[in-house]
Amino acid sequence: MSEHPVLTLKQVSKSFGPVNVIKEVSVNVYAGAVQVLLGENGAGKSTLIKMMAGVYQPDGGEILIDGKTVSLPTTRAAEEHGIATIHQELNLVNSMSVAENVMLGRTPTRFGMVDRKALRQQARAALDLIGLDVDVETPVGELGIARQQLVEIAKALSINARILILDEPTAALTRHETESLFKVVADLRQQGVGMLFISHHLDEIAEIGDSVTVLRDGEFVAEVPASTSEDELVRLMVGRSIEDQFPRRIAESEGSAGILAVEHLTSKGKFEDISFTVRAGEILGISGLVGAGRTELIRAVAGADRYDTGTVKIRGKALPKGSVQAAIRAGLGHVPEDRKGQGLVLDASVNENLGYATLASSARMGLADFSGQRSRAEAVAKTLRIRMHSIDQPVRSLSGGNQQKAVFGRWIIAASTVLLLDEPTRGVDVGAKVEIYELMNAITEAGGAIVMVSSELPEVLGMSDRILVLRDGRLAGEFTAAEATEDKVMTLAARDVNEEH
Amino acid sequence: MSTATLDAKRTSFDVKKFLANNGALVGLVVLCIALFIATPDFLTGRNLLNIGIQVSTVAVLAFGMTFVIVAGGIDLSVGSVAALSAMVSGWFFVNAGLPGWLALLGGLTAGLLAGVVNGLASAYGKLPSFIATLAMLSIARGLTLVISDGRPIKTSPEVSFLGGNLGPVPMPIVILLVSALVASFLLNRTVVGRSMYAVGGNAEAARLSGLPVKRIIVIVFGLAGLFAALAGLLLAGRLDSAQPQAATGYELDAIAAVVIGGASLAGGLGRISGTFVGALVLVVIRNGLNLLNVTSFWQQVVIGVVIALAVGIDVLRRKNRSS
Repeated sequence: MSEHPVLTLKQVSKSFGPVNVIKEVSVNVYAGAVQVLLGENGAGKSTLIKMMAGVYQPDGGEILIDGKTVSLPTTRAAEEHGIATIHQELNLVNSMSVAENVMLGRTPTRFGMVDRKALRQQARAALDLIGLDVDVETPVGELGIARQQLVEIAKALSINARILILDEPTAALTRHETESLFKVVADLRQQGVGMLFISHHLDEIAEIGDSVTVLRDGEFVAEVPASTSEDELVRLMVGRSIEDQFPRRIAESEGSAGILAVEHLTSKGKFEDISFTVRAGEILGISGLVGAGRTELIRAVAGADRYDTGTVKIRGKALPKGSVQAAIRAGLGHVPEDRKGQGLVLDASVNENLGYATLASSARMGLADFSGQRSRAEAVAKTLRIRMHSIDQPVRSLSGGNQQKAVFGRWIIAASTVLLLDEPTRGVDVGAKVEIYELMNAITEAGGAIVMVSSELPEVLGMSDRILVLRDGRLAGEFTAAEATEDKVMTLAARDVNEEH
Repeated sequence: MSTATLDAKRTSFDVKKFLANNGALVGLVVLCIALFIATPDFLTGRNLLNIGIQVSTVAVLAFGMTFVIVAGGIDLSVGSVAALSAMVSGWFFVNAGLPGWLALLGGLTAGLLAGVVNGLASAYGKLPSFIATLAMLSIARGLTLVISDGRPIKTSPEVSFLGGNLGPVPMPIVILLVSALVASFLLNRTVVGRSMYAVGGNAEAARLSGLPVKRIIVIVFGLAGLFAALAGLLLAGRLDSAQPQAATGYELDAIAAVVIGGASLAGGLGRISGTFVGALVLVVIRNGLNLLNVTSFWQQVVIGVVIALAVGIDVLRRKNRSS
């Protein structure tokens, strides 16, 4: 690690209209080191990144590269200074090959035609920088997210990036994939690349980072070593200490009845012969690697997809296959994996989004019940503490946590008693996470049942009363909350599968 | 910030917001003032009635199109369906000898059916609506020619009444206003109408919330077909005959009216009032250019520029607001 930072933001500020988004924040990135940027959603991380990437210009303060003041009026200018950003949404063309993607915009030509040999060689050289072993002719769309991310990193490095900004690169990765990404990061550190790393996973920080800059409400809070305890990091981030990251209160009594029963459910190529029951007051966690069939299973139970054989029963009554409407009538609610793509109509108001599931059932003679809907939505927004200016603002403008609460709220208005949650806290900051967990407690205390799929093991372990482990579309085992540990669950989830990679 | 300043801001913002949200209306007013200054013929009772009659066909087609565009689709077939409906009605009256009012209903049913077929092909056949309705554009026009053998057919008195007068008021204007109210009521007040916005905004989220997305799509195209049939009958009523080449290219006017009116082709946005204004903008420009003796060749150029400008300004406005 060198003495002088390669990139410095010095006392930068940024406002949009009257809103001060960033107030005199300083961050240093050193060559051969990983600087972690930590803060809740809305703390100003993305604005800060966009200043480094040349998307926004600071209103005050300065940006220094190698100690010299620079201005970054465009993303092009940032690239020329060796700054590359790997966004969460990857910038790749799925139908084009790995080689074409790596060399996009710099495709080597001979006599005006694409020089395919040079293209392959230069792309290969770029991939070798990070030891990524894929065929350069493969269409990028056929690679998993993890490898696509590495392709993007290779692309950045091949344009001589010296400063790499990684915006939540691990959000969509499995544990295994995260580890291989971290190997690459460790390599790059050796090569002297300066990195800025953003993550919501506190447990990754000590593993990957050198130093942590904590932001809160657009202000610099502290810079602490990456070895700082998670509790302390949370306290710095949230501004108060959160007593318990996973405040599960067990609500079921031993004898309570099963509400949801899934029997021998099979959907060829996705999952096979899955049976389980969930009792009133219970949270059932479903764990497994990405691709183990978790989301597919949840969607089939919710009626979102059809399945081949088996039955889904709610309170003893079988649901027809592939009917979301029948499932909703029986009291089921589904919080899908992809909040923006599947959960919400982003341009519609919070009010409308809260009312979709009850639009038809609350109507009289085909006419929508506007006043009733509004009062129900207002009540639910209040109990769930959805932070917004107005119930009529587009749901797009809410933060991730509040958007997720809006999806939950829809099912609370519908009085659903069985909730299927798919990654309920993905992209949700710590404070809102705890609120969502408390909401889950409230639902089970009222006699509801919850099935929760999550890639975050601590969450599954912390919030579930019982845990099912899926592997390759089959039930690999079951644990009670008391006996489950991260090791036990991972061993069961990853057995055999690891060897295939 | 205290509540007092917040409130003050809200009221002053509202005027701005109203203007920003009703760009087409502002444009229409400016246009009318300009024409009023440019030519004494513009603001005469006769010319205004004339504009009303001309706008009726475009607007009724465009109301149907609004449903489709709000729900995230497109309907290229409305012009052909309008012609087919009028022709079917004429055939029922002249060739099948049905009573005039039944022939009128027959024409409306034909439009509804063509629309439902579009909807089925799009929702269940999984054809993109662009393709499904492009096919219908050709099929419906072809059937119109087959039925009529390429010749006009006389319309029933009931259909001709649609193109006539109700006291001093031309019937097309009455029908225009009634269909605007009906369309607006459907879109704003009913479950199906509200569902259209959800389907157009995010069909998957709508489906997972339990909305019957496929059924809604069929209803949407069915309504577009029904409104197209009404427009076709209006047009035939004015001429006292169903023409085989009637309403050719009108689908583009309808789409333009909806888009000028502020709807997004991506779905989820759009209002009947906006579409009404959009249709008026198109017709008033044509009318004005006629009064100013601009040739129809140049009119096409002007209309094209207006469409590009209207949508371009709208896109810019939305971009500014979101950033």
